[in-house]
Amino acid sequence: MLDDELIERLQRGAFEYFVEHTNPANGLVADTSRDGAPASIAVVGMGLSVLVVASERGWLAREDAAARALVTLRFFESSPQGPDPAVTGYRGFYYHFLDRVTGQRARQCELSPIDTALLFAGVFTVVAYFSADTVDEKEIRTLGLELYSRVDWDWARNGKATIAQGWMPESGFYHYGWEGYSEASLLYALALASPTHPVPAASYATWSETYQWEHIYGSDLLYAGPLFVHQFSHAWIDFRNIQDAFMREKRSDYFENTRRAIDVQREYARRDPKQCGYSTDCWGLSAGDGPAGETKPAHGRERLFLGYSARGVPFGPDDGTICPTAALASLPFAPTHALSAVRHFLEIHPEWMDTWRLPSGFNRVSAGPDPRGWVSPGFFGLDQGLVVLMIENHRSELLWRLTRGCPAIRTGLQRAGFEGGWL
Amino acid sequence: VTGTPDRYDLVIVGAGAAGLITARAAIGHGARVALVERDVLGGVCLNVGCIPSKTLIRTARLYREMRDAEAFGGRAPTGIAVDFPAVMDRVRAIRARLARREPAERLRTMGIDVYAGHARFASSDSVVVGEVTLRFEAALVATGARPARPPIPGLDEAGYLTYENVFELREHPARLLVIGGGPSGCELAQAFARLGSQVTIVQNEPMFLGHEERDAAQLLSDALARDGVAIHLDTETIGVRREGKDKIADLRRDATAATVAVDQILVGVGHAPNVDDLGLELAGVAFDSTGIAVDDFLRTSNPRIFAAGDVCAGTGFPHIENAAGRIVVANALRSGHERLSAEIIPWCTFTDPEIAHVGMYVRDARRNNVPVKSFTVLMHEVDRAIVDGEEDGFVKLHVREGTAELLGATVVASHAGDLINEISLAMSAGLDLHALSRAHQPYPTQSQAIKMAAHAGVEHLSRGPTLPPAALGALPMDQKSDAIASGMVLARPDVQGDSS
Repeated sequence: MLDDELIERLQRGAFEYFVEHTNPANGLVADTSRDGAPASIAVVGMGLSVLVVASERGWLAREDAAARALVTLRFFESSPQGPDPAVTGYRGFYYHFLDRVTGQRARQCELSPIDTALLFAGVFTVVAYFSADTVDEKEIRTLGLELYSRVDWDWARNGKATIAQGWMPESGFYHYGWEGYSEASLLYALALASPTHPVPAASYATWSETYQWEHIYGSDLLYAGPLFVHQFSHAWIDFRNIQDAFMREKRSDYFENTRRAIDVQREYARRDPKQCGYSTDCWGLSAGDGPAGETKPAHGRERLFLGYSARGVPFGPDDGTICPTAALASLPFAPTHALSAVRHFLEIHPEWMDTWRLPSGFNRVSAGPDPRGWVSPGFFGLDQGLVVLMIENHRSELLWRLTRGCPAIRTGLQRAGFEGGWL
Repeated sequence: VTGTPDRYDLVIVGAGAAGLITARAAIGHGARVALVERDVLGGVCLNVGCIPSKTLIRTARLYREMRDAEAFGGRAPTGIAVDFPAVMDRVRAIRARLARREPAERLRTMGIDVYAGHARFASSDSVVVGEVTLRFEAALVATGARPARPPIPGLDEAGYLTYENVFELREHPARLLVIGGGPSGCELAQAFARLGSQVTIVQNEPMFLGHEERDAAQLLSDALARDGVAIHLDTETIGVRREGKDKIADLRRDATAATVAVDQILVGVGHAPNVDDLGLELAGVAFDSTGIAVDDFLRTSNPRIFAAGDVCAGTGFPHIENAAGRIVVANALRSGHERLSAEIIPWCTFTDPEIAHVGMYVRDARRNNVPVKSFTVLMHEVDRAIVDGEEDGFVKLHVREGTAELLGATVVASHAGDLINEISLAMSAGLDLHALSRAHQPYPTQSQAIKMAAHAGVEHLSRGPTLPPAALGALPMDQKSDAIASGMVLARPDVQGDSS
């Protein structure tokens, strides 16, 4: 199969997740395909962006995509906000997980700034894309900007320099913030650009003080272990040739940094220090599902398996679980390596071609009835959303083009000190 | 002591490690020295701290290695059973053996007047021990610290262990709760888990060893989990109660509650300085609940009184006994100006793998606008570590970017406490990456990781960094062609091609 056909099938397969697992009444998308799964607001944000891709690819009519986006935005506009535990959000933020039917907080989860930011990345995608002078598309733009103006990003600092990782109605703010390079680049861009409740520019500078510039396996890079950290913000923001103060000092950029992170992933996989069956075509340690609870002696030592967890290289954790969608989502950065890895995965698991959808994780050294190892049952929305968006950026740069023209993204990046390139 | 001099050159209150080292150093300079101790010579480190815990850790490591025998091509012994009383007997035997090396008699033979009893300052230049008044030209307060007691409701009533009494245990705790994820909490949690206890550790921060680098803490977390320790990060112990023979601890992480039933609770949440009832007010020595305030010369608010070790507030260095001895002797007896900040002081947490650090942390460098780059070598890149089955960990040399200057280092490795010494020596001697890179080493050794990291740094300096095309835009025109010609710019014609 030619690369283009393979990519098309994988993107379409991931897109179908959103068709199958979105509540048409409110636009909420399930966190996973498993029974009883709540909605995740981050997946909803990806789902909004997926609608734009589907419209461009002709998988949905533009009017249909707009109508679906409108359902979602109307839900968030009208859903209850407040300090009580049983609502949808507070101060313009939303709870990480919501009941797919009622839209209320699920699983006693946290009010989540990062997941709210991922939601708003989707909101800004539809605001930028649906620019026509129709009733629906006008309403999309109005609602999107109104929702954004409601978010009290500055409150989320809890009086400290950096943004907290969460807030609970029962116990208040988490007492720790973001440490080290992470997917919070997107969060800070949106929080800095707010017309109503921006965080100060110093907040971003303080966060970036926790960065680690390292020389690992011959590559110089801004270190973060899990691959998703090097991908999430890039699903929407084109980081090529733009630099903040840190990257100016290091004479690099965040896009190049992700390429180097992929190099480190592949080199770690080549060395395979824990003998997990990795190779330069079997890599992708990231956040994903895992065979929790299983233990198995491996090479004379007990191996401990994690559940849904952020795995990373080269410092771990590493329990032998690969997140295949993380390798596929590397397509814009290292297309040859990404496709080579995906072809390898499909050789081991040809049944994945039945749906053309990759699972959240697989583990070749864990116990189980399948001699090929454990495979995560079902699918995770975050994985599928990232696949759709990253493939689209690889194919057409659609998301990047849209957000390059988005005032909030531009302003946020500029306030964070980014210069050069398309800025 | 048969006769008390009119005035001592140096009176030392506290015969722990800092007090003993300072006393010996002062005698070596011909000073008249008095050493006062209310308990036993040797202090926390010998009696209830480093020595007993490291002894316990060694035995625990042996049990781990027995269970891991197959990983080394061996056969695991069948029916591995921990003889806990024997383990603790060895702890006490080694402590007693080391204590015999420095009896009071030996100190007296050296010329040090040793006083047994509680010392209280009576004025700015005198200390009273029992009926005896010791006048001094200079004094050192080295009374150390005791375990801090967290304000957890019900803890006192339920009873708990600290590092002061855990080594007196006779009965193996089948279930142990460790409150506190600092060095001693982590060390003992892992040791007891390896000795067969079902251990739960509770830490109210998102990672262990709050001051250490995140990657080191991550590796430690993984190691504890592998040893079967149940880990509760970001979690507070909000109450303790007794139910029959069980001690029940209520835990809370944000809105999530949990309960743990254990046989023993070990508290390791830090130290409280021993400043009470020393008469510090009469001596004009400023202190508070965090300890005695000292300046960079280890001088208190009374210029003739110095303080060193855990009794000090905010000096931030554990295990500075040797440095303290030299600084106090120089500054108190020889009008010197030796500074604590000039010392290169490494430290180590003796978990498996061990976590050692020296010099500046990356976060501190960045906060102070020092451009820093870490040259990292993973232990799985090191032949000897692979041979030894000790591949978890790394060596990171933190370097002032663009130079060969060593700012600091973090080592996570099975023997990190030994490996760090080579880097510490280099920093103390003002040596840089070039020296570490050039030094010959026997092959194969784990310290090759240091040479490999240094070599990467030196190569990097000679070659220059590789730049993405974007960086060209940031360069002045006259430097662009040089950069391209030198091969500094990566080939990236478009995003369709891979970088390697």
